[in-house]
Amino acid sequence: MKTSKNLIYSLILAVVTLALLFFLEVNKAKYGMAYTVLTKGIILAVVAVSMNLVTGFTGLFSLGQAGFMAIGAYVTAIFLIPTNSIEEVYYMSGVSPAILTFKTWLESTPLWFQSLLPYIALTAGGLVAALFAALIGIPVLRLKSDYLAIATLGFSEIMRAIISSPQMDTITNGSYGLKKIQGFSSLIQVFLIAAVCITFMILLIRSTYGRAFKAIREDEIAAEAMGINLFKHKSLSFIIGSFFAAVSGGMLAMFMRSIDAKTFTVSLTYDILLIVVVGGIGSITGSILSSLLVTASKEWWLRFFDSPLYIGSFQVPLFKTGFRMVIFSVVLLLIVLFYQRGLMGRNEFSWDGLAKAFNKLKSKSSNKGGSKIA
Amino acid sequence: MLRNILRLEDITMQFGGVVAIDNLSLEVNENEIVSLIGPNGAGKTTAFNVITGVYAPTNGAVYFKDKLIVSNFPKGPMKKIYAGQNNGKYTTTIKKTPDQITKLNVARTFQNIRLFKELTAFENVLIAKHMRSKANWLSATLCLNYKEERKMREEALELLDILGLIDVKDEIASSLPYGQQRHLEIARALATEPELLLLDEPAAGMNPQETLELTSFIHDIRSKFNLTVLMIEHHMDLVMEISDRIYVLDFGKLIASGVPEEIQNNQTVIDAYLGVPDDDEE
Ligand SMILES: Nc1ncnc2c1ncn2[C@@H]1O[C@H](COP(=O)(O)OP(=O)(O)O)[C@@H](O)[C@H]1O
Ligand SMILES: [Mg+2]
Repeated sequence: MKTSKNLIYSLILAVVTLALLFFLEVNKAKYGMAYTVLTKGIILAVVAVSMNLVTGFTGLFSLGQAGFMAIGAYVTAIFLIPTNSIEEVYYMSGVSPAILTFKTWLESTPLWFQSLLPYIALTAGGLVAALFAALIGIPVLRLKSDYLAIATLGFSEIMRAIISSPQMDTITNGSYGLKKIQGFSSLIQVFLIAAVCITFMILLIRSTYGRAFKAIREDEIAAEAMGINLFKHKSLSFIIGSFFAAVSGGMLAMFMRSIDAKTFTVSLTYDILLIVVVGGIGSITGSILSSLLVTASKEWWLRFFDSPLYIGSFQVPLFKTGFRMVIFSVVLLLIVLFYQRGLMGRNEFSWDGLAKAFNKLKSKSSNKGGSKIA
Repeated sequence: MLRNILRLEDITMQFGGVVAIDNLSLEVNENEIVSLIGPNGAGKTTAFNVITGVYAPTNGAVYFKDKLIVSNFPKGPMKKIYAGQNNGKYTTTIKKTPDQITKLNVARTFQNIRLFKELTAFENVLIAKHMRSKANWLSATLCLNYKEERKMREEALELLDILGLIDVKDEIASSLPYGQQRHLEIARALATEPELLLLDEPAAGMNPQETLELTSFIHDIRSKFNLTVLMIEHHMDLVMEISDRIYVLDFGKLIASGVPEEIQNNQTVIDAYLGVPDDDEE
């Protein structure tokens, strides 16, 4: 009975979301900010969930998100820059013959294949990142997992240095970056891709492999005693996490239409880490919610603090460019102080949970001032 | 017919200069309940860690069902500081990781309970079923192994039922009372489908009533799951009642072995325990 009711609620939520996305798509011009924030938010949700998979569910601390996103972004970009613009994009140092051959070959593929190109591009980016993850993971994950944070952080920085190095100019276009990347066809497309990625990770976490990941997070020695091969499962989680970080990077490239190495500094990794912490380490729905909230506050709701504020003729001090980041940090600090385990802790969103929270809130307000009930 | 299922030969475990186990040989036969006793620090847990692949021994060999599963000899820096016996007798190195040992059908519990604390009792047992899964990660993610998954869940529930934990299956492991946590650890070990079960102080922290019940409980699971049990325990009443045979360790050395009556009357054993009220120590 109850599950069917919840199913109906979820269906309604899905329909409402789709309707909202459709509405925004039609009225894009009018609601530009909401459109942008939702796009970026859901793209970051993919990488946040992937980080949660690795850190929150497997207990591995990886700080390589920006590096894997960069790989995804560049691979996707090379796939998706229109062939006739390629010379123009690489106007400074010329384009590598390999890329040119590849692009000409892509041109010659059947039309149905070309229409799938965005998906193929994102998958290819993910696979390249997965390969890199395997190469880093093999030496590092055999040691104690503590080294993973350092190794991945180093990898991420090296990746950025390689991308912007002059030797790579004909591939990455050095510090000029790549432009004219084919974008998404609609907001719904962004959400569908994100939904497929996130659903995949949720299913993985709920599978027997996901339970093995959680066992490793809880107690490595006990997990091993239960017959779980630590190296195999840690690698699996890390590689799949890196795959989806790269997909998110590719999506970011499609969203921004132009990328360069500076997009993928360590501060991007910190932004994602922050989203995961605010949402709750070990909560998928927390990560999704937090991606949308953090992106919205950072890029939209707090903008107000960046423009000068006048009360009468008095200009309130502090209200100038950059102040919103101060407010943002304070809000974060408060969240970390009062919700140490993030907004969701390790819980997931459920209709029953929502009803419970609602009831609690109601009884709290009706008890206000009354005697305390133990 | 007695067929030995576990055999330790000349096991020495040396940590730096500390000889934790000194030339230990022992045998456990199929379907026996054997106890390993001795004062604290005697090297009992270390022996379990050697059998289960947590530590590679410094010297000696371990056989499981007559198959050599662990073997080592002093090498590297250990060559110079080796303080044990039988140096040179063993010349092969065989190492297995704990998960490989578990896959051979040897399961264990831990002296200081190591449950997956934040997970439910049900999940704890279900996780132990993972290693028997034939599905690869992709088919498991895509739910193509739903039949196997259903079977895993049924078996886990069945185990929880048998061990009297079915009512607390959805409780978080760390919130369970101590006695139930010990039972859950055993349930989890049984879920790996062992032939040999190693119990490290299963009665530690249990109240007298629970300790009393443990005797019949261990007998029950032995016959139900056709197990051989090697148990470390301090509660002498329990040990004397339940054990087919007993090995006594002191300072890493085997000082006695035999049936309970022999051990009870062995002067060396009595001396080793004198002044050490081990009965209720951790
Ligand atoms: N990893 C280790 N490193 C160094 N010494 C150890 C290690 N593990 C055990 N020991 C030592 O080995 C001895 C036996 O310990 P243990 O096997 O835990 O005893 P028991 O279980 O019989 O109480 C102790 O002196 C302990 O300090
Ligand atoms: Mg011990």
